[in-house]
Amino acid sequence: MVPVLLIGIPLLAGLIGFSLKNAAAKSWALFASLLVLGVSLTGICLPKNSKQLLFSTEWMGTLGSRFAVSLDGTGQILCLLTALAFPVIFISTWKEEYKKANNFFSLMLLSQTGLLGVFLAGDALLFYFFWELALIPVYFLASQWGGEKRIAATFKFFIYTFLGSLMMLIGILYIYFHTRDHSFALSAFYQAHMQIPAETQSWLFWLIFLAFAVKMPIFPFHTWQPDTYEQSPSAVTMVLSGVMVKMGVFGVLRWLAPVLPMGTYMWGDTVSALCIIGMIYASLIAMRQDDLKRLVAYSSIAHMGLMCLAIFATTEAGIQGVMIQMFNHGINIIGLWIVVYLIEKQFKTRKISELGGIAAKAPVLTTMLVIITLANIALPLTNAFIGEFLMFSGVYSSKATSYNVVFTVCAAVTIILSAVYMLNMVQRVFYGPVNGRTENAVDIRTNEKMVLGFLVILIIVIGVYPEPLFRLTQGAVDSLLAKMYVKP
Amino acid sequence: MNSIITSAVLGVIMMFSGIFLKKNSSIVTLAIAGIIVLLGMAALDMSGYHFFPVDTHNMLYFDVFGLLFNCVAFACTLAYFLLNGRDIAAIGNNPGEYFALIFFVLCGLSIASSFNSLLMLFIGIEIISIPLYILTGSDKRNLKSNEASLKYFLMGAFSTGLMLLGIAFLYGAGDKGSFFLDDLGIGRVAGTPMMMTGLILLMCSMAFKVSAAPFHFWTPDVYDGAPTVVTSFMATIVKAGVFIAFVRLFIDAFGDMKAAWQIFIAIITATTLFIGNITAVFQQSVKRMLAYSSIAQVGFMLFALLTLNTLAKEGIILYTAVYSLSTIGLFAILVKMKDFSFDGFNGLARQYPIVAFTATIFLLSLAGIPLTGGFMAKYYMIAAVMNTGSFLWLVIFALLCATVSVYYYFRVIQAMYFKDGVAQQLNLTPGFNGMLILLAAIVIILGIFPEWLIGRLYIIYL
Repeated sequence: MVPVLLIGIPLLAGLIGFSLKNAAAKSWALFASLLVLGVSLTGICLPKNSKQLLFSTEWMGTLGSRFAVSLDGTGQILCLLTALAFPVIFISTWKEEYKKANNFFSLMLLSQTGLLGVFLAGDALLFYFFWELALIPVYFLASQWGGEKRIAATFKFFIYTFLGSLMMLIGILYIYFHTRDHSFALSAFYQAHMQIPAETQSWLFWLIFLAFAVKMPIFPFHTWQPDTYEQSPSAVTMVLSGVMVKMGVFGVLRWLAPVLPMGTYMWGDTVSALCIIGMIYASLIAMRQDDLKRLVAYSSIAHMGLMCLAIFATTEAGIQGVMIQMFNHGINIIGLWIVVYLIEKQFKTRKISELGGIAAKAPVLTTMLVIITLANIALPLTNAFIGEFLMFSGVYSSKATSYNVVFTVCAAVTIILSAVYMLNMVQRVFYGPVNGRTENAVDIRTNEKMVLGFLVILIIVIGVYPEPLFRLTQGAVDSLLAKMYVKP
Repeated sequence: MNSIITSAVLGVIMMFSGIFLKKNSSIVTLAIAGIIVLLGMAALDMSGYHFFPVDTHNMLYFDVFGLLFNCVAFACTLAYFLLNGRDIAAIGNNPGEYFALIFFVLCGLSIASSFNSLLMLFIGIEIISIPLYILTGSDKRNLKSNEASLKYFLMGAFSTGLMLLGIAFLYGAGDKGSFFLDDLGIGRVAGTPMMMTGLILLMCSMAFKVSAAPFHFWTPDVYDGAPTVVTSFMATIVKAGVFIAFVRLFIDAFGDMKAAWQIFIAIITATTLFIGNITAVFQQSVKRMLAYSSIAQVGFMLFALLTLNTLAKEGIILYTAVYSLSTIGLFAILVKMKDFSFDGFNGLARQYPIVAFTATIFLLSLAGIPLTGGFMAKYYMIAAVMNTGSFLWLVIFALLCATVSVYYYFRVIQAMYFKDGVAQQLNLTPGFNGMLILLAAIVIILGIFPEWLIGRLYIIYL
C-alpha cells in the first residue's frame, strides 16, 4: 500500500492542483509533499518483509507487464530523498511569485510522481513510463518559468534525454524478448542475462547506458546540463540536480549493472575513463566560471562522475559509498542551490565578480553556506565525507579494473580542484570588500533559516552518525553484489 | 456486409438530402445520425448479427481484424463529423454531396478491409479514390484546390494503372487462373520473375496510395491544396483504411514468401521515415508539417507490413486508431484557424487553454511520448520487429527519426505555451471543446490500457 500512496498522493494532488486558485496552490503543494514525506518515513520504518511495501496488479497482461511497485533496496533511500527534497524546495522558495502558480505547483507534484515512480517501479515497462513522466513536467516547468534562453536550453535537454530513453526502450525490449516467458518483471530481467551472450550484452549495455549517462550526466553527454540548470527557475534546478540526476545512478544500480553484468564488466574501464575525463574537465571549467549557477552545475557533473566511477569499480565499499552519497549529494546540492537562489533574489545578479562582502551583513547565511560548502568538498564530520571516502576506497581496492590506482589518483585531484573553486567562490562572494550592490544586504528570513538550518543539521548528524543510512542500504548493496557475482 | 451496404445506402440518402433539407445544420445532423447507424451496424457485424446475407462467392472474407478496423474507422469519422461537421458543409454550395462522397469512401474502406480477391481490392481502392479526387477539388473557386485535385487525379490514375498491371502479372503467373489471395503466392508460382514483377508493381501502387516514400511526392501538395477539412479525412481515416488493405494483402497473399520481398519494404520504410521526418523539420506551415508528419507516421506503420506477426496485427489497429484520432483533433483545431504558420499558434494557451491543452496531448501522442496512445502504438510496432530478431538497425534508425519528429511537434507546443503573442480569434462552441477533451481522453486511455481496444480482436461471437 505504501508505494501506491507514494505515487498516488502527488499524482492526485497535482491533478487537483490545476483547478485551484493561485494562492491556495502553494499551500496545497506543500501539504501534499509533507504527506508524501510522512508516508515515505512510515514506509522506511516498516519491517523489511512487510506486505505493505509491495503492490502488484494486472496491467497489460498480454504484453507481460504488471503494475508492480515496491519500496525496497536502492529505491528506499532515493524515495526518502525525493520526499524530503520537495517540501524543502517549496519552503525555501516560498516567497517566489509565479505567474499561474497553480500550474507551476501542479507540474512540480507531477514531476515528483514520476520520480517516485522511477524509484519504486518493479517492472521495466512501468519504469520506462515513469522515466518519461518525470521528464515531461520538468520540461514544461523549465520552459515556461525559466530564464531568457529557456526555450532553446530546455529543448536541448528534452531532445538529449528523449533520445537516451528511446535507445533504452530498444534495450529493454531486447531483454524482454530474452526473458523466459516474455515478462517485464524486474526478477525476470535479473535472470535474462543467462540467455544473452557476452557479445550481445556488450552493445546492449550501451543502448541502455546511454539513457542513464545523459541523465547523470557523464562526459560527453553532459552539454545540456549547465544551460538547463542556468535557465531553469531555481525550484526546478533543485529538482533537476538534487533528485533527477540520481535517476541515472539509480538506473545503473538497479536496471543495468545487475541485468547485464557481463556488459558492465566489459565496459567498466571505458566508462570509468569517461567519468575521470568528465570530472577533471568539469572541475577545470568550474574554476573559470563567473556565474554561480554554472559553477554549481559543473561541480555537480564532477560529483556525479565520481559516483559513476565508484559503481563501475564494483566493490562493496564503493557501492555502499554511492548509495549514501546519492542521498548526501542531494541534500548538499539543494542547500547550495538555495543559497544561490537567495543571493540572486537579493542582489539580482549571479555574477561572482559583482558580489563581495556579504558575510558582514548576513552572518547566518554565510555560516550556513560555509558548512554546506565544506560538505560539498567532503570535509570530515560532514555527510559527504563518508560517502566519498567509501567510494575512494572502493575504487582503489577494485578488482574489476587494472587501472584502479590511476583512477583513484585522478579522482583525488578533482577533490582538490573542488576545494579550490568552492572556497574561492566563498571567499569572493562572502568576504572581501563590500561593493555598491551588497552594502545594503540583509540576512535571510525565518523560513529560509529553517530550511537551511534543517539541511545543515542533517549534514552534521549524518556526518557524525551515518549508521542509519548504512543499515538502510546494506541489504541493497549485498543483493546487488550477489547479482554481479562479486559476493556469494 | 452490414457496413458495405449501409454506407452505400447512406451515401445515396445523403446525396438526395439536399432536395429535402435546406439548412446546413439539418444536413449535418442527418450525417451524424447516419454515421452512428453505420457504426452500430459495424459493431453488430462484429457481434455476429449479419443483416444482409449476401453470398460473395468468397470474394469478400469478413474476419475480426477487418471488422474491428471498420468500427475504428467509423468511430473516427463520427468524431470527425462531430468536430468539423459544419465546416464540411461550409466548403461549398452542396453540403449534402460532400457527406455523400465521404460515405462512399467509407463504403470503399469497408470493401478494402475485407477483400479476399484482387478484384475486390481494386474495386475497393477505386471506390475510395474517386470520391477523394472530387472532394480535393470541392473548393471550386480556389486555384490551389483545383491544382491539387488535378495532380491527385493524374498521379492516382497512374498508380491505379500500376496496380492493374501488377494484378494482371499475378494472374498470369498463377497456374490456377485465379484472383483469390490464397492462390497467389504458393506452390511453384512463388518467386518466379513474373510473379515478383506483379508483386512489386502492386507494392509500389499501394505505397503510392499510403504515400510512402519514394512515392510520396503528391502528398504535401494535395494535402496543402485540399480544403483543410478534407485533408483531415484523407490524412487519417482514408490513409488508415488503405493501409489495412495493404497489410491484409500481404498477410493473406504473400505472407509465406516474406524473405523475397521483405528487403523492399525495409528500404521503403527507411526512406519514408527519413524523408518524412527530415522534410517536416523545414516546414513553415503547420498544415504542411502535418502532411509530412503523416508520411513519417506511415514509416512507423510500415513496420507492421515488414513483420506481419501477431504483434504487428494488433499494433496496426491501435496505430491507425490513435494516429487518426490525434490527427483529426489537430486538424479540427487547424480548420478553425486562418493563419497556418507556426507563429499563428503563439499565445494560444493563454486565450484558449482547452484547445492548447488538447492540442498538446495530440502532439505528444504523435511524437510517441508515454501515457499517450501514440507511445503504445509505436511500442507495438517496434516490439513486432524486435520479436523477429532481425532488422534491429531499422528500429534504431526509426527511433532516431522519432527524436527528430519531436523537434517539429514541439515547435507547435512551444509556440502555444512559451511564446507571447496575440492569438487569432477562433470561433469555438462549448460542444467543440468538449469533443476535443473527449478525444484527448481517449488518446490517453489508449495509452494506458491499449488492451481495451486490442482485446477486441480476440472476442469471439457465435
